[in-house]
Parts: sequence; structure tokens; C-alpha cells
Amino acid sequence: MLRDEDRIFTNIYGWEEFGLKAAQKRGDWDKTASLIKKGRDWIIEEMKASGLRGRGGAGFPTGLKWSFMPKEPSERPHYLVVNADESEPGTCKDRDILRNEPHKLLEGCLLAGFAMGAHAAYIYIRGEFFNEGSAVITAIEEAYDKGLLGKNAAGSGWDFDVILHRGAGAYICGEETALIESIEGKKGQPRNKPPFPAMAGLYSCPTTVNNVETIAVAPTILRRGGSWFAGLGRDEKNAGTKLFCISGHVNQPCNVEEEMGISLKELIEKHAGGVRGGWDNLKAIIPGGSSTPMLPKDICDHVHMDFDSLREVNSGLGTAGVIVMDKSTDLIYAIARLSYFYKHESCGQCTPCREGTGWIWRIMTRMVKGNATVDEIDMLWDVTKEIEGNTICALGDAAAWPVQGLIRHFRPELEHRIMEYRKMVA
Amino acid sequence: MKKLFEINADYQPESFEFTKASQKKAADIIALYPKGRQQSAVMPLLDLAQRQMGEEGAKAEPPHGGWIPRAAMDHIGDMLGMPHIKVYEVATFYSMYNLAPVGKHLVQICTTTPCWLCGSDEIVQASKKHLGIGMGETTKDGKFTLVEVECLGACVNAPMVQINDDYYEDLTSESMKELLGTLAEDMKPTIGSQKGRKASMALSGPTTLEKQAKKAGVA
Ligand SMILES: Cc1cc2nc3c(=O)[nH]c(=O)nc-3n(C[C@H](O)[C@H](O)[C@H](O)COP(=O)(O)O)c2cc1C
Ligand code: SF4
Ligand code: FES
Repeated sequence: MLRDEDRIFTNIYGWEEFGLKAAQKRGDWDKTASLIKKGRDWIIEEMKASGLRGRGGAGFPTGLKWSFMPKEPSERPHYLVVNADESEPGTCKDRDILRNEPHKLLEGCLLAGFAMGAHAAYIYIRGEFFNEGSAVITAIEEAYDKGLLGKNAAGSGWDFDVILHRGAGAYICGEETALIESIEGKKGQPRNKPPFPAMAGLYSCPTTVNNVETIAVAPTILRRGGSWFAGLGRDEKNAGTKLFCISGHVNQPCNVEEEMGISLKELIEKHAGGVRGGWDNLKAIIPGGSSTPMLPKDICDHVHMDFDSLREVNSGLGTAGVIVMDKSTDLIYAIARLSYFYKHESCGQCTPCREGTGWIWRIMTRMVKGNATVDEIDMLWDVTKEIEGNTICALGDAAAWPVQGLIRHFRPELEHRIMEYRKMVA
Repeated sequence: MKKLFEINADYQPESFEFTKASQKKAADIIALYPKGRQQSAVMPLLDLAQRQMGEEGAKAEPPHGGWIPRAAMDHIGDMLGMPHIKVYEVATFYSMYNLAPVGKHLVQICTTTPCWLCGSDEIVQASKKHLGIGMGETTKDGKFTLVEVECLGACVNAPMVQINDDYYEDLTSESMKELLGTLAEDMKPTIGSQKGRKASMALSGPTTLEKQAKKAGVA
């Protein structure tokens, strides 16, 4: 288990004030200028050495991503955009950073922004997080007041502004190019790539979009050294600490910072009070937010919580939103409800996603009742395969994967439901 | 549920003006974005219009909550130099903009899978029964509108609802009814967990951060 000394988020539960004074006591904004004085390349190299991979779902190496921003100065300003849209079902970790540790995020914005040559960061927060956004605004005001943001931010010689932009209810705005469109004052519809944001992002300027957690861990990594972070976790590709959200059928649902690569069973038993009714009462777990395929108990028994371990079992770490389902769960409904979610949230731009998510949801609705044929299970599988990889953004994939997980591991349950329905209507 | 944008409905006022206080806020918002990029302010200004309507609505008889009349969209378009249709596109795309009047308290129940696993069905039932209305409906006294929404990003505190700006978490049918009762009397309920836990810490107490927990008196 992760030692308390190695935890980054020491106020994640909001036991202390989120404000600047308390944050500085916890170590935030400690000699930030001295880190900046080491230079852009040093920061990027240190981030690469840490092994940090993006905490927003896709797990792209953070240092590498920052290095994609153009090095030569040009007319066009550079932007850092922080993704605080947090809307993937099962995920509620960024919320705790925003309301309880906002100064970690702001200090991270300055360090990351400097490393990518940006003088401004926009934090895009989902509109529903009204109170969380207000905490961030308070923190921003304090930071300006004390010279940590603005001209010569934190005495670093670098000018840096942070602006909070509130969304207004649209899961798709978590997709980075939809988010950029939304900041520009448009409908949140993803853009075709290329061009990638690092070339033409916000206002057609070089832009990097990072998740809240990714940015908020950066100051601690830079202070303690990339090798410290890399020394935690399973290996250099699955490194560091991670915030996990454990929801559903556990005795004590909670968020907790743990070591990357902790076993799923240990995570649940140590921190979430175990599965309701005991581990043997477990049916399945969605390990990384709603888009990651579910895992049956026999895989949950021994799987570890990191990018590569979960990929090996045809799922993913995603956002590390662990959704636990015990034996009483109607798994077909649990997934059908997610199918509804994706249908509801599709932006409608591409045909496979717009039509496919509706189709999946309608078949799933019949599967819940059992009012379907066994052939249709194969058809459902085919529909998900048609969508996967054929859309502008990954929402299409996200809609396909949960259904694939259900069919892969619980096909007999679908068939059984169909047989029961036939008996009932016969 | 999102009420459709009915351009000629009888509830649409002829005109809309920002109050003096809102005008000042609007100018501050527009200044946050680079020159020539004032269109970025469209979302915050729609929100500002909705809030102004909500403040006025809270004092009206019968009361109503915040919503955005068509006239406000046109006004915002003119302020930002945007074609009106572009403002309508934005207003209709995002679920938090109410395009028709709603109750003073907009009760949004999350029913996505993590909340459903923890009993959101019961919260829906209890709310419908207590208020005597169905989903998407508003009580006769104008106080409550009930809607179902997607994951609100508070899944470890499920089941939960959002009412106007605030989250109410760790609900049971009983605490949901109490909550609605408190609001009906125009009193302010405690926001956050209804079981008294801090943020997303385990209800039984923390499993990490021993030193900090002791200091905070929660260990
Ligand atoms: C439909 C969809 C929704 C997404 N929602 C979020 C989100 O709410 N928060 C987030 O950080 N990333 C989200 N992402 C991932 C972002 O596009 C992007 O990869 C991420 O913000 C990059 O940050 P990172 O490198 O720090 O992980 C979403 C992606 C898709 C396709
Ligand atoms: S995949 Fe879906 S959500 Fe993404 S751009 Fe296409 S239609 Fe929109
Ligand atoms: S599912 Fe209800 S808050 Fe996430």
C-alpha cells in the first residue's frame, strides 16, 4: 500500500481549507520560481522521466505531449487548456481536486504553461460543478492577489493568466477538440484531426489539453523529482500514484489515492470496505469509468489496476472509476443504461455514432426484457464493431466497448433472459 | 428532458435587458477572452441571463426558476456581434440552458448506472410521489420541476441529485423527502452528503492520511 509520505493529495477530503494559506502550509507554491528557472527542457525531461501518463482516460505520456508544442516563438500565442469536464460515469476525482486542492492545479498550470510556452491557461469546468468552480475562482483570485499569477508569476519572470470557463452540460465537451470549440463559443462538436491541437487548437493556436489530475500532480513531481514518481507503481509505463473512485456495490464507496498497479481486490477491500456481502458476492466490475469493458469476478480476483494490466484483459484503466456490481445486479440493464447515456450524449456529427448509439440502445432495451432473438446478440456485436474506429471521436468507441464487455463475458446471461421471456409469453 | 425552444410560445417576453449589475458582470466576462474572440463569452452570458431570470423568478408569484427567453439570446447575439442563429445553436446544444420556464427548484435526479446501482430508482419514486408530478413536470405552485439527468460526477456519493446550483448526496427516500420538504418551506438544506460525511471519504472513516485525519479529528 502507498505510504502516506508518498501521497500527493493530502487534502483530498477537504479536512482543511482549500485556500492559499492552508495550501502553502501543505507545500503548494513552494519555490515555484526555482523550478521555472531550471528551464523548459528540464521540466519536460523531468516529466518524461516520471513516466506520468495522462489521467483523462487515454493515458498518453504527459512529458511527450508537452514536447509537441512548437519550440520557436511565433506570432501565435500558445495555450494550455485544462480539462475539468469530468463526466464519464463512475468518475468523480477531479471534483475533489477542484474543490479541495485547487492551488495544486493552479501551480501546475503555471509550470505546465511555462514548459509549453503558454502565457495563459483556460480551465474548462463542467457547468454542473458550480460550487467547485467557485472554489477555483477564489483560489485564482488569491493567487493573483499574492503575485503567484499574472505578471511575473510567482517571481518567475514568466507572465501567466488563468481563466475559468464553465461548460453547460454536455459530456462530449470532455473530448479535447469539442472542448476547444466550446470555449470558442460554439456547439461542442469534435473536430477532425489532423490538425492536432498542438498545431492548431484554441483560436487556431498551438494548444495542449490536459486532465485536471495530470496538471495537479506536476508540481509535486517536479519538486520531488521524476525518479521519485517513476519509482512508484508497477513499472516505468505504469508509474506513480493515482486517484481511484470506487462506486456501486461496496460497503464504503470512496475516492482514494493509491499506487498505480495496486490489485483491484486490495483496492476494494482496503479502502472501500469490501464488496457488499463479501468478495464472493461479486458479479462484475467496470474498472475505469463507463466506457471500459466490464470484467467478471474471475478476472477481478487477480487483475491489477494499471494501464497495461487492464489492457491485457481487454479492458482499460480509463479514468480509474471503479464501478462494482454484486450478484443482485441486472447486468444487462446496467449496460443498457450506459447505452442510453452514450445515445443521449452523441453530438450527432457522424452517422455511425448518431445512428449506431441509438440502435445499440434500442436492441439493449429489448435485451433487458429478453424480447430478442439469439441471433441479435451477434448482430449487436457486429453493430458495435461497425462503430468502433469509424467515427471522428472516441465517443463511438466508448459506446461500443461496454456492450462488447457484456457479450464477451456474459453471453449466457443474455441468452437466458431471451429464453425466460419466451417461456413467459408462450 | 429539455423543453423545446418554442420561438413564439406565449411565455416568451417581448424583450430582455440585462440589469445594471449583470451588465457590469457581462463586461468583466467579455474581458476574459482575447480581443476579437468575444464569441467565447456566449456561454457565460447565457448563464448570466438564466441567473438573472432566476433571481427575478424567485420573487414572482407564482415563482419560477432561471430560463433563457429568445429575446435574451437575440440580445446576447447583438452584444457579441454573433448572428442570432449561432446563439440559438449554442443554447439548444447544452443541457443546462432552460429554454422554457421551470420551477423555482430544478430537481435533477441522476439515474446513470453508478447512481442506479445505489438506488436512484427509489429517489425517483419518492420524489414523484412527494411532489405529485411526473418526470419533466412542474408543480402547480411553481416551486418544483423534476427531471432525470446523466452522471453528475459524484458517483461515490450516490444516489444524488442536483437542485439549482447545489449537490445533495448519499440520499435515501427519507432524506430526499425531507430535502424537498425543507425547500418547499423556503429554507436552506445542508448541501453535500445527507449522511454527514466529508466529501468522498469513506463513511466509516478514512483509510489513508493518518496524520492529517488525526489533526482534522476524523480518525
Ligand atoms: C467522449 C469523450 C469524453 C471525454 N471526457 C473527458 C473528461 O471529462 N475529462 C478529461 O480529462 N478527458 C476527457 N476525455 C479525454 C480528452 O479528450 C483528452 O484525451 C484528455 O483531456 C487529455 O488529457 P490527459 O493527457 O491529461 O489525459 C474525453 C474523451 C472523449 C472521447
Ligand atoms: S463519434 Fe459521436 S460524439 Fe464523436 S464526433 Fe462523431 S457523432 Fe459526435
Ligand atoms: S452516476 Fe450519478 S453521479 Fe455519477
